[in-house]
Amino acid sequence: MLRTTLLLLCLPLAGAGATEEPTQESGSLGEPPPGLALFRWQWHEVEAPYLVALWILVASLAKIVFHLSRKVTSLVPESCLLILLGLVLGGIVLAVAKKAEYQLEPGTFFLFLLPPIVLDSGYFMPSRLFFDNLGAILTYAVVGTLWNAFTTGVALWGLQQAGLVASRVQAGLLDFLLFGSLISAVDPVAVLAVFEEVHVNETLFIIVFGESLLNDAVTVVLYKVCNSFVEMGSANVQATDYMKGVASLFVVSLGGAAVGLVFAFLLALTTRFTKRVRIIEPLLVFLLAYAAYLTAEMASLSAILAVTMCGLGCKKYVEANISHKSRTAVKYTMKTLASCAETVIFMLLGISAVDSSKWAWDSGLVLGTLFFILFFRALGVVLQTWVLNQFRLVPLDKIDQVVMSYGGLRGAVAFALVILLDRTKVPAKDYFVATTIVVVFFTVIVQGLTIKPLVKWLKVKRSEHHKPTLNQELHEHTFDHILAAVEDVVGHHGYHYWRDRWEQFDKKYLSQLLMRRSAYRIRDQIWDVYYRLNIRDAISFVDQGGHVLSSTGLTLPSMPSRNSMAETSVTNLLRESGSGACLDLQVIDTVRSGRDREDAVMHHLLCGGLYKPRRRYKASCGRHFISEDAQERQDKEVFQQNMKRRLESFKSTKHNICFTKNKPRTRKAGHKKKDGMANAEATLEKPRDLGFQDTAAVILTVESEEEEESDSSETEKEDDEGIIFVARATSEVLQEGKISGSFEVCPSPRIIPPSPTCAEKELPWKSGQGDLAVYVSSETTKIVPVDMQTGWNQSISSLESLASPPCTQAPTLTCLPPHPLGIEEPQVPLDLSADPRSSFAFPPSLAKAGRSRSESSADLPQQQELQPLMGHKDHTHLSPGTANSHWCIQFNRGGRL
Amino acid sequence: MGATHSASEEVRELEGKTGFSSDQIEQLHRRFKQLSGDQPTIRKENFNNVPDLELNPIRSKIVRAFFDNRNLRKGPSGLADEINFEDFLTIMSYFRPIDTTLGEEQVELSRKEKLRFLFHMYDSDSDGRITLEEYRNVVEELLSGNPHIEKESARSIADGAMMEAASVCVGQMEPDQVYEGITFEDFLKIWQGIDIETKMHVRFLNMETIALCH
Repeated sequence: MLRTTLLLLCLPLAGAGATEEPTQESGSLGEPPPGLALFRWQWHEVEAPYLVALWILVASLAKIVFHLSRKVTSLVPESCLLILLGLVLGGIVLAVAKKAEYQLEPGTFFLFLLPPIVLDSGYFMPSRLFFDNLGAILTYAVVGTLWNAFTTGVALWGLQQAGLVASRVQAGLLDFLLFGSLISAVDPVAVLAVFEEVHVNETLFIIVFGESLLNDAVTVVLYKVCNSFVEMGSANVQATDYMKGVASLFVVSLGGAAVGLVFAFLLALTTRFTKRVRIIEPLLVFLLAYAAYLTAEMASLSAILAVTMCGLGCKKYVEANISHKSRTAVKYTMKTLASCAETVIFMLLGISAVDSSKWAWDSGLVLGTLFFILFFRALGVVLQTWVLNQFRLVPLDKIDQVVMSYGGLRGAVAFALVILLDRTKVPAKDYFVATTIVVVFFTVIVQGLTIKPLVKWLKVKRSEHHKPTLNQELHEHTFDHILAAVEDVVGHHGYHYWRDRWEQFDKKYLSQLLMRRSAYRIRDQIWDVYYRLNIRDAISFVDQGGHVLSSTGLTLPSMPSRNSMAETSVTNLLRESGSGACLDLQVIDTVRSGRDREDAVMHHLLCGGLYKPRRRYKASCGRHFISEDAQERQDKEVFQQNMKRRLESFKSTKHNICFTKNKPRTRKAGHKKKDGMANAEATLEKPRDLGFQDTAAVILTVESEEEEESDSSETEKEDDEGIIFVARATSEVLQEGKISGSFEVCPSPRIIPPSPTCAEKELPWKSGQGDLAVYVSSETTKIVPVDMQTGWNQSISSLESLASPPCTQAPTLTCLPPHPLGIEEPQVPLDLSADPRSSFAFPPSLAKAGRSRSESSADLPQQQELQPLMGHKDHTHLSPGTANSHWCIQFNRGGRL
Repeated sequence: MGATHSASEEVRELEGKTGFSSDQIEQLHRRFKQLSGDQPTIRKENFNNVPDLELNPIRSKIVRAFFDNRNLRKGPSGLADEINFEDFLTIMSYFRPIDTTLGEEQVELSRKEKLRFLFHMYDSDSDGRITLEEYRNVVEELLSGNPHIEKESARSIADGAMMEAASVCVGQMEPDQVYEGITFEDFLKIWQGIDIETKMHVRFLNMETIALCH
């Protein structure tokens, strides 16, 4: 017995080992029966991955330690610290193992460490800025790199001819050119690591950074061409080879970019069809980008360029296609991978430098190289900028040029390339390695350390990182259009013209092909910003709502449930936003029951949060709109209302869009619902119907008051199409109508009869309807009113808190709010609705939104949003008679349908 | 410009007024004549002949801006029926790149000028305020390129933007305070910290570049 348990215990261990290495199998076969192996040490099987994990862990821990002190990280760039740490670790390893281990292997570097960093930078590259400055970036990347490579190589050769380099460095002109080509390229990893912390203005940043990314193609070509020339020997190089070298520049760069774009296209196209398998979306992004990298590498094209273009090209479409959660996942995974790779690179660089067997020192060469790369970089920048400024509308001034020259950091790419050299062909390899290490260390550590003070001292224009505002986005769009128009008028087809053209083309063909139809329809930048801002507000608001709630120190028994509720609501909101953005019915469908419940919870919270407790409301507004110190004036009615309206109108428009999308696809939606019924989810179907009927009621009451006949007819049509649904709804309505008729006492029609579907009755739009006065729901949220009241109005709060608990005891009674309350309350919502109308006139959109959404029945926000609307309505006609008449009309309408 | 002897003087005068070089003026004049059909003035209908303008969603607003008296510096409100070449140049000079060598004050001035142009475009009734109605109007036109976005959405976007503007410009509002619209001062506030220098300008051709183009 004991034996078997032991054996069982051993099995997972052995299994774990086996997954790593197949040799485990053979080993275990040869050994005595496994039962005896109580404990086995299998270091060799796990060594490689274990070490990798360990190194990453060490690097991460080091990062944590660095960031413990704010002072250090604000002064010293992380990359410097990591290199120093690498040096220390390398020293320890060298002392312990007596030989240098764990160095930066070019293979590892190019295949595993570099791609995540480049993908990250390509994917999150501000594309607009990038293309706005493309001319300058390309000039610096191509001309600048060529210039640096040739001048540095030739100058070093000259140095050698002058006898300043020791004669033991055996290198000819070609060797020096080869060295020049690998040492001249500005390194994206180093530049990113340093410049991200410096915060120079965005034009400067994009030029330096874009250059570092794009010059890879040039570096690769130069390196390969020089390397093959060196291997051929200078005597055998013919004129055609030079021509080939020039041609290969175009092949490598354009080919790499083309590979990237093809994969970007594939990626965008694939994500268009992931609607049902959301979970693999992030994976697809990484896989295809990596495939782009490997493909380019395989074809010996510029892999960096490929993956940059892939990230740059696919982002727009991918972001539109994948769900909100996937977007977050992609973002974080990408950042994690990139930061991880970067950390490891710098650390390994430090470790590699310790290995003295690999390098040989020559002061003349080292100092000469250092001087030349700095000097020629500066000279090149000045010359190119002078030429560029003849064409640039916004010239780059002297300070920019200084920063650009000084920001030419070299990094791991140069190191990996120099390690790759063949010692038999390049006899001076060891000297080159030493020089490269010194150059990399010098640029990363010395220049990295001093660039921040330099930027400060020169008063370089810093980037002010402000959140995008809606106004800004609108104005910028207007600008774009104006400029395009002015160019049209002037009759000169400039940059704006072509961008305009491209956008037209993109809209007409590309987006249509690559974006999921639902996403394409709502695709608009202004809308996006608006949407994002609203989501942000809403999330922070709900967040804060939860927070404030718990901090008010209410000691009611259901307190814990409130807290958890706040959390679920946030997730719900996220999900909602995801589905809202992509208009994906599936998200709703897959998690039906859970969602319904969450909807209820969400509703309660929103009821409490959105429309009542002013204090919380204020707080969240303050975060985004008002400066922090302005919080003292907490009771500013108008602004609050504005926010409320904004959230409301946001919701409504969001569903307007649902509507537009749904219109042509109604049939499909109908099918879906049929499926749902086929699944015999009757209990779930019912509340939906109820929800539907709800909206119908709203439609009517609102219609009587206003507006836009054409639209209403449209909705009618739409209602007609969803026949299956409506029929069920009406029957339900009928039933309920009767019952409500019998309970004449109720002030509102929304009485809930105790029925088999009672479990669903907690759904807010059911119960909430009845007790408008408090917006209280039958079960979990009894605190909401209490809490709200405290924030709302101190005097009323005492009344309310007394009054609401009874509601919770008997769910069926919730619809009967105490009369005094019912009378007292209406003033407030009325005020709320009346005031903004005069100044802003928001509400009209609500009504229509309500109508338009009658189709998407499982939709929660609809109810949430209708809630207050109904609330206002019913407040105005509190008498049972009018309420019933509403009901009847609604019922009739349902029958007609 | 024509071959008359006063032409050069006229050009010089225009140069001083608008800051264009004589080459640019000549080029613009050629274009002006092309647009007007060799008439001394341009009317609104002339802009219909610009084919690429068709696709511009805010086309009418832009064309209107060309005839806006405020932009032409001719009066506080109203629209001109037709504009002559000098007016045309005046409008175009709004789009000249800001010369950063001129010093802080001058830059600030031309920045303001550019923003004023934009502001006038929004403020269609020339009352010095962008009201919600006007804002909505603009947003609707901006979004009119996308047939799938409903007017309602445009509206709520405008509403949201207005609210944002209100909170940026006024901060906390009194309970009964009503934000009537964005004044030019508020407008400047909204634009604070945004580099307009890099945005609102167009490359105007010199003679050499034209020679290259044609």
